[in-house]
Amino acid sequence: MSEARTAILAGIRRSLKRGSLDAAVETQLRERLAAPRRNLVPARATALDEAGRIDLFVAMAEEVQASMTRIAALEHVPDEVARYLAAENLPAELVAAPDPALARIPWAATPLLRVRHGRAEGGDAVSLTPCFAGLAETGTLMLVSSPQTPTTLNFLPDTHIVVLHRDQVVAGYEDAWDRLRATGDRLPRVVNFITGPSRTADIEQQIVLGAHGPRRLHILLIEDGQTSA
Amino acid sequence: MLATSRSFEANARAGLADANLQRALGRMQQGGFPLHRRRAVERLPEFEALREVGRSIKEHTLAHLDFYLELYEARVTASGGTVHWARTPTEACAAVLQICRSVEARTVTKGKSMIAEEIGLNDFLERSGVTPVETDLGEYIIQLRHEPPSHLIAPAIHLMKEQVAATFRAEHQGLDPERPLAEARQLCDEARAILRTRFLAADVGITGANFLVAETGSSIIVTNEGNGDLTQTLPRVHIVVASLEKLVPTHEDAATLLRLLARSATGQEFSTYTTVSTGPRQEGDLDGPEQYHVVLLDNGRSALLGGEFHDMLRCIRCAACINHCPVYGAIGGHAYGWVYPGPMGSVLTPGLIGVAEAGHLPNASTLCGRCESVCPVKIPLPKMLRRWREREYEAKLTKPAYRAGLGLWVWVARRPALYHAIAEAASRVLGWAGGRRGRFRALPLAAGWTSVRDMPAPEGRSFHSLWAARQRRAAR
Repeated sequence: MSEARTAILAGIRRSLKRGSLDAAVETQLRERLAAPRRNLVPARATALDEAGRIDLFVAMAEEVQASMTRIAALEHVPDEVARYLAAENLPAELVAAPDPALARIPWAATPLLRVRHGRAEGGDAVSLTPCFAGLAETGTLMLVSSPQTPTTLNFLPDTHIVVLHRDQVVAGYEDAWDRLRATGDRLPRVVNFITGPSRTADIEQQIVLGAHGPRRLHILLIEDGQTSA
Repeated sequence: MLATSRSFEANARAGLADANLQRALGRMQQGGFPLHRRRAVERLPEFEALREVGRSIKEHTLAHLDFYLELYEARVTASGGTVHWARTPTEACAAVLQICRSVEARTVTKGKSMIAEEIGLNDFLERSGVTPVETDLGEYIIQLRHEPPSHLIAPAIHLMKEQVAATFRAEHQGLDPERPLAEARQLCDEARAILRTRFLAADVGITGANFLVAETGSSIIVTNEGNGDLTQTLPRVHIVVASLEKLVPTHEDAATLLRLLARSATGQEFSTYTTVSTGPRQEGDLDGPEQYHVVLLDNGRSALLGGEFHDMLRCIRCAACINHCPVYGAIGGHAYGWVYPGPMGSVLTPGLIGVAEAGHLPNASTLCGRCESVCPVKIPLPKMLRRWREREYEAKLTKPAYRAGLGLWVWVARRPALYHAIAEAASRVLGWAGGRRGRFRALPLAAGWTSVRDMPAPEGRSFHSLWAARQRRAAR
C-alpha cells in the first residue's frame, strides 16, 4: 500500500516537473484552506431579504415536487401531520428523530397518531426529522447526521416530513457551510443536501418519483424562528 | 473490462442498425438532456462565468495535486477512515476484496461508479465469491442483461421499456407472470421492492465519488434515486472507489462545481441528493457504517498530468459532451467499446488503454465543437482528438492506403503551382460533369461518401482562380 502511495506521489511530482512543494507555496495553500473563500456566488438568492429568500425557497422546492405547509409554531405539528397523513391516505404512524429540537412537539394531544422515536427500520412508512438549514437558491434542505438525527430517517421510509424554521432559510450552499462551521462541532459523518423527493429517469427518460428514497417529501415551514422557539 | 474499441467500425454499424437504440437516442436528442441543459443555463446568468471558475478550481488542484492528496489522506485518517492507494485496476480490486474478506462479506451493494466499471470490479468480485448488486435502476437493469453502461449518467439509455419489462420477467423469479409491466412506474416499483431486500441484507456498500474534499477528508456523491445513500448507510462497511483527480480543496470549491454539474448533466437545478460523507459512524450514532474506506485509483492519470492530455483531468463526468455529440447520438455508447463513450471517452480511453487499442475513437468525431462549447470546465476536446490522431499517425497505426493518400496530398500541397493547376482542372471537369443537377450520385473511388449522400459538384472554377481574377480586376 505504502509502495503504491510513494510511487503515485512521485509520479505526480515527476509530471509536474518539480520536487516537493516550495515552503512558501505550501503556507499559501494552508492559509487558503484555513479560511475557505467563496468563489463566484450567483445573485439569485444573495440579493434577497428574509421574506424573499423564503418565497424563493418555497417556489424552488415546489418546482421539484416537494410539498409544503406553513404553520405558526411547533405546537401545531401533530395536527398538521395527522391532516397530511389522512389526506395522503397513509397510516397514522411515524418514526421521529429523537432530537431535543423536536421535544416540544405535543404528540400526546393527538392520541390517534402513533409516534416512535429512533432510527428508521425497513418497515417504517413515514419519518419526521428536523433539518439544519433550507437553501433558497435551489429549494434544498440540508440535514446533518448525529445521535439525535440518524440518516436512515431520510432515506428508508416512503414519506419524509421535515420541520424547517423560517430563520433556518439561508441563501445558498456557502451560507449553510458557514453556519455549520460556526457550530464549532466536529463535522457530522453525513451532510445530506436534499432537493425534492427521490426520482429516476433511467427508463426512457421518464421521471418517476420514489426510486429508492422517499416518494413524498413534505416540508413543515414553521413561522416561529428556531431560536425564538 | 475488456475493450472492444478495435472493432469500433463494426460496433457503430450495429448501433446504426439497432431500431430500439435509434428510438432511444432520438428521444434523448429531441426534448431530452440537451433541451433541459439549455433551459437550466438560461435561468442562471452567471453560468458562463462559473465555467471559468470551475476550470480554475480544477487547474489549481491539479497543479498542487500531491499536496492536496496528502492532506486529504491525513484528514480521512483523522476522521477514522482509511485510504488505500492503487496504481492499477488490479491493485484497486485487490484492496476492495481484502476489505470484503476481512468482514466475511457475501453480498455487496453498489452505487453507480464509473471507476468500478474502469477496474472491472463486478466481474472480479464475482470470480472471488462475493456477489455485487447494482442498485442504481439503470445499472441494475444492465447488470441483469450482462451489458456494460452505454452512457455516463444514464447507463440504460439505449433500452426501451419493453426490453426492460422482458428482462424483469426473465430474471425476477416467483412473481405473477401476468403482472402488468407496461409503464416505467411499474418497472421502477418492482425493482425498488426487490432491491430493498438487497440493501438491508448487504455486508458492504460500495459507492463512487463525484468529488473528494481535501479540507475535511470527505467524499461527495450526487444521485437522484437515493440508492447511493442506502448503499452507504445500511451495511457495516462503506468503500468509496475514486480516482485521484476527483479532489477539490474546499466545500466552497465543491459548491461551485456542483452548480455546474447537475445543470450540465440533466439540466436540473440541483440533483435530488448531494451527500457529503466523512469517516465512519461517530460515537452515539444510531446508524451508518462502522468502517469507511477510500480506494484511490491512479491508473495512468498521474502520467497524463502536465502533458498534452492534462486538460482531460478536469472532467467532472457530467456527460454534457456525450449528450451533445452527433456521433454518439447516431451510434450510442456501446460502439465505443470501453467504459467511457462520446467525446470525453474518445480522449480519455486512448490515454488509459493506449492509442493502439483505441485509435478508432479519436477518429469518430466530426470535430464540430459542440462538446467543447458545453463542457462545464472548458476542456478543449476537439483539439485533443486531433492530437490523438497525430499520435496515431506518428505511431504508424493508421491504414497504409490512408497514409499513402495523405502522403500524396502533402506532396502536392507543398507545390503551390501544381496544386492550383490540379485544383483548377478538377473543378472545371467536375463542374462540367455535374451538369445541371449540380451533384453526383456516385463517384469513382468515393463510394464511402456517395453511398449514403450526394456529392455537390464544384461551381466550375477554384477559389484560388476566382480570387486571383478578383485581385486583377481590383488592380486595374
